[in-house]
Amino acid sequence: MNVDLYEKIWMWAAAGIIVVFLASIAFTTFGQAFTPPSHVEMIDPETVRTDPEFSQPGVTIHEDGSATVVMQAFLFAYLPNEVHVPRARPVTFRVTSPDVIHGFQIVGTNGNTMVVPGYVSQFTTTFNRAGEYLIVCNEYCGLGHHNMFARLIVEDMGGAR
Amino acid sequence: MIPSRRLALANIWVAISAFAIAAAMAVMQALSRADLDLPWRTAKMYYLSVTAHGVLMAIVFTTFFIMGLGYVVTERSFDRAITMKKFAWGSFWVALFGTLCAAWAIFWGKASVLYTFYPPLKAHPLFYIAVALIVIGSWGWCWVIIHTYLTWKRANLDARTPLAVHGYLATIIVWILATIGVAVEVMVMLIPWSLGIVDKVDPIMARILFWWFGHPLVYFWLLPAYVVWYTLAPKIAGGKLFSDPLARLVFVLFILLSTPVGFHHQFMDPGVPAGWKLFHTFNTMWILFPSFITAFTVIASFEVAGRMKGAKGWFDWLEELPWGNPAFSSVALAMLMFAVGGFGGAINASFSMNAMIHNTAWVQGHFHTTVGTAVALTFMGISYHLVPKLLGRTLQMSLLARIQPYLWFGGMLLFSVANHQTGLAGMPRRIYQFEYGGSEIADQWIAGTGISALGGVFLFVSSLCFVAVMFGTLLAGKREEQPAIEFATPLEQPGTKARILDRMGLWVVVAAVLILAAYAIPIINHLSAETFGSRGLSPF
Repeated sequence: MNVDLYEKIWMWAAAGIIVVFLASIAFTTFGQAFTPPSHVEMIDPETVRTDPEFSQPGVTIHEDGSATVVMQAFLFAYLPNEVHVPRARPVTFRVTSPDVIHGFQIVGTNGNTMVVPGYVSQFTTTFNRAGEYLIVCNEYCGLGHHNMFARLIVEDMGGAR
Repeated sequence: MIPSRRLALANIWVAISAFAIAAAMAVMQALSRADLDLPWRTAKMYYLSVTAHGVLMAIVFTTFFIMGLGYVVTERSFDRAITMKKFAWGSFWVALFGTLCAAWAIFWGKASVLYTFYPPLKAHPLFYIAVALIVIGSWGWCWVIIHTYLTWKRANLDARTPLAVHGYLATIIVWILATIGVAVEVMVMLIPWSLGIVDKVDPIMARILFWWFGHPLVYFWLLPAYVVWYTLAPKIAGGKLFSDPLARLVFVLFILLSTPVGFHHQFMDPGVPAGWKLFHTFNTMWILFPSFITAFTVIASFEVAGRMKGAKGWFDWLEELPWGNPAFSSVALAMLMFAVGGFGGAINASFSMNAMIHNTAWVQGHFHTTVGTAVALTFMGISYHLVPKLLGRTLQMSLLARIQPYLWFGGMLLFSVANHQTGLAGMPRRIYQFEYGGSEIADQWIAGTGISALGGVFLFVSSLCFVAVMFGTLLAGKREEQPAIEFATPLEQPGTKARILDRMGLWVVVAAVLILAAYAIPIINHLSAETFGSRGLSPF
């Protein structure tokens, strides 16, 4: 097959760009340990409201200053709808839904996960800027979808205790 | 000359009618999102219209147009009628009946589940049955084209497959491989569940099957547009196709790479391991490659056209191109917008960057540059070229036709840039309002939604122009002999070079192996894990 010289150069350049894209994905994945939330843990959606962990949602601050936030996402709110977490410490979110699929997006950050009934979504992130953040549902869940939000307050809670 | 032109036109009119209704839904959404208080504006109406717009544009308009165009290029390429014409009509009626069932369910408020219909949101059973009927009708169309091809092939064993048919066979293979996913989701999981035969469905399994279908779906839309770009647009521009074998290679690469990539829509999903998401990411990035080749080959073909008209300099060939002919300008503008969409798509599919934009307004900004412009504007443009020929009538209101692609491009630029920007600023997609308890963060999105609404108005005016020209031509066009449909000839005939690219059976096998590599293990692992189903709710 005859390929025009310029087109040949273009094709090599295109392949080069793709290799650069893949290399940068590999760098963020393996070099910076960034992976999208891919936690695999199942829970019966009908027991979420009686589950020992999810029936008592809220923030737990650990000894080392890190925090775990347990939340329910449901039609059309989050529980709790305001959480306070420490600045500059790892914060692990654990969220699940007793009804339909919801989203969980911390606006202005890359904190973003689907919340799927039957599954526990979990990811860990660190907030370096103190202040108020907005958590919104970004997956259509019904007529109140646009009313589904929560507040996240990041504040200095002192160093490791 | 096109013996089945009635069949082709029937498909195209369904497509254009669906487009017209969906465009009306779209402008209401754009204005609603900018927080303009329209009298009929309610959340119920908004989510209903998002569902209607998505289903009518992304499924009905595209599929019916693609089927109609498929009959035209097949008959013109082979210079013979399709085989199994009655069966082809039957398939059309099945798909149309499915469309009407879906329209009933959606417009009567029984299926506001959006065009992605993720369970456990539960629609009326007729909605899922309608989806199945549309898919079954489209499979009938696939079989007619394949059967016509095989009949031609038996009589022309040594001939090369005409390029337009080669591209359409690729489209059909991608569609069949893709629809296996949605067919299993709808027929095995959702129909029995919505009828109450089974209690529960597993939402993650449904999402895996949906995105098995959902990503190659975009190539089902795109490949017929590529057929237009490669085989009709260079001729309309007055030139020749720069390279025939590379065009064939492009179509083959899409057969191979379209499907084993679905997890890049599920990066944010729990229950799907990160390793498999990464594997799909690597496959996805290579899909950029055939589109890069397409950009070169088609633009080079346009340059050939400019040079044939006497251009000598570096860029003056651009001036020689027929910018006043909407069939050409729409393709050129569609390609330009697709360059933006392609790079945006690379960001969406990036394992690590996706979290910034997943399910934000960025996503609708993105796919309106791809399916909403690269595909839709190409289909509109080629309608100006083909519909008068199929009807044997002259194009009416040609001034409207002439400005329509530019209006679309300008409107989409406003709409798309604004949505990309508000998406980066964190605005979710598909929301009726963004009060969020008086949040200051959400307040910042209002400017973007205003620009997006302005873009929406431009797009609506452009849609009205298109629909007026089409129906005007149907009803009032003067009956007159129209020039025949002509395909672009390549600079160099393919001869016997790279014949392997024509061996579709081989490529189907390789594609199937790649799909197994991408999906067999994660699906088996998922099915063997203990999962809890969901009963389903209809909160709309």
